[in-house]
Amino acid sequence: MLDCGMHMGYNDDRRFPDFSYITQNGRLTDFLDCVIISHFHLDHCGALPYFSEMVGYDGPIYMTHPTKAICPILLEDYRKITVDKKGETNFFTSQMIKDCMKKVVAVHLHQTVQVDDELEIKAYYAGHVLGAAMFQIKVGSESVAYTGDYNMTPDRHLGAAWIDKCRPDLLISESTYATTIRDSKRCRERDFLKKVHETVERGGKSSRVSWPNSASRWQVLIPVFALGRAQELCILLETFWERMNLKAPIYFSTGLTEKANHYYKLFITWTNQKIRKTFVQRNMFEFKHIKAFDRAFADNPGPMVVFATPGMLHAGQSLQIFRKWAGNEKNMVIMPGYCVQGTVGHKILSGQRKLEMEGRQILEVKMQVEYMSFSAHADAKGIMQLIRQAEPRNVLLVHGEAKKMEFLKQKIEQEFHVNCYMPANGETTTFFTNPNIPVDISLGLLKRETALGPLPDAKKPKLMHGTLIMKDNSFRLVSPEQALKELGLAEHQLRFTCRVHIQDPRKEHETVLRVYNHLKGILKDYSVQHLPDGSIMVESILIQATAHSEDQGTKVLLVSWTYQDEELGSYLTSLLKKGLPQSTG
Amino acid sequence: MKLYCLSGHPTLPCNVLKFKSTTIMLDCGLDMTSALNFLPLPLVQSPRLSKLPGWVLKDGNTFLDKELKDCSGHVFVDSVPEFCLPETELLDLSTVDVILISNYHCMMALPYITECTGFTGTVYATEPTVQIGRLLMEELVNSIERVPKAQSASLWKNKEVQRLLPAPLKDAVEVSTWRRCYTMPEVNSALSKIQLVGYSQKIELFGAVQVTPLSSGYALGSSNWIIQSHYEKVSYVSGSSLLTTHPQPMDQASLKNSDVLILTGLTQIPTANPDGMVGEFCNNLAMTVRSGGNVLVPCYPSGVIYDLLECLYQYIDSAGLSNVPFYFISPVANSSLEFSQIFAEWLCHNKQTKVYLPEPPFPHAELIQTNKLKHYPSIHGDFSNDFKQPCVVFTGHPSLRFGDVVHFMELWGKSSLNTIIFTEPDFSYLDALAPYQPLAMKCVYCPIDTRLNFIQVSKLLKEVQPLHVVCPEQYTQPPPTQSHRTDLMIDCQPPPMSYRRAEVLTLPFKRRYEKIEIMPELADSLVPLEIKPGISLATVSAVLHTKDNKHVLQLPPKPAQPPASKKRKRVNDDLPECKPLKPLLSGAIPVDQFVQALEK
Repeated sequence: MLDCGMHMGYNDDRRFPDFSYITQNGRLTDFLDCVIISHFHLDHCGALPYFSEMVGYDGPIYMTHPTKAICPILLEDYRKITVDKKGETNFFTSQMIKDCMKKVVAVHLHQTVQVDDELEIKAYYAGHVLGAAMFQIKVGSESVAYTGDYNMTPDRHLGAAWIDKCRPDLLISESTYATTIRDSKRCRERDFLKKVHETVERGGKSSRVSWPNSASRWQVLIPVFALGRAQELCILLETFWERMNLKAPIYFSTGLTEKANHYYKLFITWTNQKIRKTFVQRNMFEFKHIKAFDRAFADNPGPMVVFATPGMLHAGQSLQIFRKWAGNEKNMVIMPGYCVQGTVGHKILSGQRKLEMEGRQILEVKMQVEYMSFSAHADAKGIMQLIRQAEPRNVLLVHGEAKKMEFLKQKIEQEFHVNCYMPANGETTTFFTNPNIPVDISLGLLKRETALGPLPDAKKPKLMHGTLIMKDNSFRLVSPEQALKELGLAEHQLRFTCRVHIQDPRKEHETVLRVYNHLKGILKDYSVQHLPDGSIMVESILIQATAHSEDQGTKVLLVSWTYQDEELGSYLTSLLKKGLPQSTG
Repeated sequence: MKLYCLSGHPTLPCNVLKFKSTTIMLDCGLDMTSALNFLPLPLVQSPRLSKLPGWVLKDGNTFLDKELKDCSGHVFVDSVPEFCLPETELLDLSTVDVILISNYHCMMALPYITECTGFTGTVYATEPTVQIGRLLMEELVNSIERVPKAQSASLWKNKEVQRLLPAPLKDAVEVSTWRRCYTMPEVNSALSKIQLVGYSQKIELFGAVQVTPLSSGYALGSSNWIIQSHYEKVSYVSGSSLLTTHPQPMDQASLKNSDVLILTGLTQIPTANPDGMVGEFCNNLAMTVRSGGNVLVPCYPSGVIYDLLECLYQYIDSAGLSNVPFYFISPVANSSLEFSQIFAEWLCHNKQTKVYLPEPPFPHAELIQTNKLKHYPSIHGDFSNDFKQPCVVFTGHPSLRFGDVVHFMELWGKSSLNTIIFTEPDFSYLDALAPYQPLAMKCVYCPIDTRLNFIQVSKLLKEVQPLHVVCPEQYTQPPPTQSHRTDLMIDCQPPPMSYRRAEVLTLPFKRRYEKIEIMPELADSLVPLEIKPGISLATVSAVLHTKDNKHVLQLPPKPAQPPASKKRKRVNDDLPECKPLKPLLSGAIPVDQFVQALEK
C-alpha cells in the first residue's frame, strides 16, 4: 500500500480511505505485504493509526528516518485538534499512535530493503519536505516507481528530487500542479517579500502618527504547516529582515517551532547542499528575528507577521487569527500553498468573501487575500522531467484535479509515447508487462559464443545453439552435448542419403569440378570445399560422384546429410536434380 | 579471480581484487607508524629538540649528522615525518575501476592513489566516512604544515647506509616508498572522486558485478562490503565490531553464503577488554586530577573520543570532577563534535531514539552547553586565555610526533603529578614516548580497540560459513610476543589462505554459470519436450546480444529481402537463410513401429 493519508476537507467518515476496497472481511495483514509512507504530511500519513490500530494491520510500515521522527508529532497534533478541541469521539488515541509507530521500519536513502523473498523497495530523495522520499518497488525484473509528493527544483532549505534511469514498468506520479508552469522561484520570492514588506512598512509609518483605533492594523497572516514550507519562508524572511534591518516582529504560532527547527538541525543531511556545507559555522535553523507567538499578541495594534498552523485554515490557531483579522482591509493573508476543497483556505482562494462559520455565523472577509505557490510540488515541467529521468513504460497520475490531469496525460502520451492512466477513486487500472525470462547459461557455452568476437558481417546475425533444461522451476541453458551428458542420454545420428543422376559424359573428376563450381557460384554465403579425396563438402553435407555402372554418360551424385542439416540437404538435392548449367569453358 | 595485496599492515589494508572484468581496490590504508622514526614537530620553539646532537657513526663518520639526531638514547630522522604508502608497483593502479572504503581510518592513503597513479575511477564510501575522513586528513595536513621544516632527509634511506644504522631505523621496511604528507588541494581533489552510498545500497559496476556496503558496527558509517555476481559472492570484512558503542550494529546475516571472505582489521590488542579499559581510563583520570595533576589523552578527533566523552559525562559528577575543565584541541574539534550529532541514521538504536525526541544523540552537546567541555582549534588564540589547570586535554596526534600534543608533552612531561593516558591502539606507546625520555609524568596504557577479537571471529565464521577465508599472514600465527597463545589466531576449516605485502593470491573460484535473459517472443517459440518426469528440454537457436555485460537472447530476425534482379532473387529465395536447430534425437527407437510405418 502506497501512503495512508486523510482528507482535510471532510470531518466525517470520508476523511479516511475506505479500506474495505482491500478486503471486505479478511485481515488487512493477509492482503498487504507492506505499507510505504512517502512523507509526513497528513494527506499521506494521517490515516495510519486508524488503519493499523482501528481497522487492524500488523505488517511492516516503511518510511525514512525523518518521517519516522516527525510523523507521530503531526498525528498527535491532528488528534488533539480533532478530539480535544472539536470533542469528537471514535478517533485514534495517543497510545494508538505509539503502537502504530512501533510497526515502522526506518529506511535509508538508496538502501535496498528486502521486504520478503521477492519484493524489494528502495527510497530516493524527493525534496518537497524534510525526509520526503520516492520509492521504487521491484519484483524480479518488473518494477513500479511511486513519487509521493516531490519537487524538481531545489529551494532555500531542501534539494531537488532525483531518481536514476530505473525504467519502471509503471511510474505513479503526483500531479498537483499538472498544468502550472511556474516562473522562477526568485520572482516568487521577490513578490512575496515585496507584499509582506509593503504591508508592514505602511503600518510602521502610520503607527508613528499613532492610531488609537485598534481596527487599523497592518498585519500579515501566513498559514503554514509546522514543518516544511514554514522553515523555507522563515529562512527567507530572516535573511530579508537582516538585510533590510527591519523591526516589525515576526512570530511563529505553535509551540512546535523550536522542536521543528531542532529536527531540521539533527537531520541536516537531508537539507540542501549549501545548508549542509555551512552548518558547522552557521546553522540556518537558528533564527534571530522570529519569535514564539502568544495568543494575546493577536490583539496588539502594531504591524506584525505571523506564521500560524495549520496551512489550509481548516482549524486551529491559523483559523482563530484569521477570524480576528479578516474584517480589516489593511491586513493581508498570504496562502503559500495548495488548499484542498472544503477548507476555508480553498474557499477564500476561489474568491469567496462571505464565509459561513460554525453556528451559522457569517464572516465577511475584507482583508487582502494573496496566493503564492510556495508548496514544493513539481510543476508540469518538473513532472515531465522526472518521466524523462526514470523512463517508465507506463505512467499513472494521482493526487491532482481531473481536468488538469487530463491535459497532462495527453502531453505525456504525445511526448513519451507511453500509456498514461488517471484512474478515479475506486477504479482499477490493468496493464500488461512483458518481462524477459532469466535463465542460467553455462559459462562454457557463453564463452564459446563471445570468443568468436564481433561478426565480420554485422547485418547477418549469427545463431547460438543450445539446449534449455527445465527442471523444478529452474532454467539452464547448456550446450546440446552437455545436456545429453547430464541427462544420461545417447544421441542418435539420423542421416539422409540421396542419389541424383546427372547426364555428363566427362570424367568423374571433371563432373565433380563442374558441380563444385556450380555450387560455389550459387551458395555464396556457405562454405563449399573441394576435398582432396574428390568429394565436395557444403558445410557438413557430403557430395560424391561416381560413374553409373551401366551408363558411362550418367554420373551418380551421392548427397548425404544429417537430420540437423535437413533444410540445406533437401535444397541441394532439388538444386542438383535441375541439372548442371552448360559449361562455357 | 586474483587478489593483489598492497599493504602489509593488517588493520590498514589495501588490496586489489580482480573479479570478472572489474578491478576493485578494497581500502587504501596509510601506515603511519613510520612517523615514529622522526623527531616530533614542536609548535613552540623547543630548546631541547633544537639542540640535539647529530648522530655519528661508530667509526666517527659524521656525514649523517644533519639528517639523524641522537635523542634520549635513540636515533631519529630530523625532517618532516613520512608515511609508508601501499605498494604501487605490483600492478598498474591506473587500471583500478573503483575503490571501496570501509571506514575513515582506512582511507588515509586515498590522495596518494587518486592523485599520483593515473587513477580515473570512482571511489565509494558512506557519508559519515567521507565527512570524518576529511576531518582526519585536514587535521593531519594542518598539523604538519603548521610547522614548516625545510629539510627533507634522504641520505639515510640508501640501502647501504641504512644497514649501518641502529635499530629500529635499520629494520624499517619499504623506506623507499615513504612519502611526505599530501596537501589540502590533493585531499579535496581526492574526496571529489567519492560517490556517497548508503548501507544495503546495491551498486552495479559495469553490469558485471554488484557491490553493497553493510554496517560493520565499528565507527560512524563504517562498512563491510559484499562483492557479488549472480553466482559468486565475496565478502570483504574490514574493521568490524560486535560491541554496542555508538554506531549502528554490525550486519552479520548478509555475509552468509560467501564463497570467499576476506578478513582484515581485527583488534590490535586481542588481550584487552575495551570495557575494562574504559573503567581504568576513568579511574586514572580521576586520581590524577584529584591530586592536582593534568591528564593528557592523545587521540584522533573522531571515534573512541565520543564514547570516552559519554563515559565521562556519566562519571564526572559522581567522581566529583564537575569543576575540572575538559579541553578538546584540534583544528577540526568543532566540526567533529557537530558532525557527530547529525548522523542519526548511522547510529545505534538508543541514539536514534533520542534524535526522534528530538534531542542530540551524543551527550557531549550538554557538556559543551554547561561549559564542562571546551573545544579549540589550537593551543594558540583563545585557549591560552581560558587555560586552567588541573585539566584534562584531548588532542592529537596519537603518534606524539606532530599536532598540539607535542606541546603538552614538553609542558607536562617533567612533573610526576601529570598523567598521559594512551587510548588509541595504533602506535606502540613506548615508541611514541621515546623522544621525550626521560619522563617524570605517569604513563597509563588503556588501549581501546573495539574491533573483533579472535573468539568473536571464530563465532562469526561459524555463523556465516564462508567456503574460504583469506586474511593477512599475521592472523594465521600467534602474536610474536605471545607465541604460546595459539588462541590468538584464526582457527577455521579449511585453514585460511594468508597474504603478505606485495603478494598475489589466486582465489579458489570456479565460475560455471552466468545470467542470461530470454526475450518473451523467443520463449513463446520454444517447444519443450518432457524427457524424464519433471525434466523438460527445449532446443534454443537464438541471436545473442551482449550490452553492458548483460546478455539477452532474441528471436533470429526474419531474412531481409535482398534488393537484387528478379532472376537472382528467385535463386536466393530458395536458399535456406538460417538453420533453426532440430530437436535432439535420443531415447528408445520403436523399431517395429518404424518398420510398420514404412510398410504402409
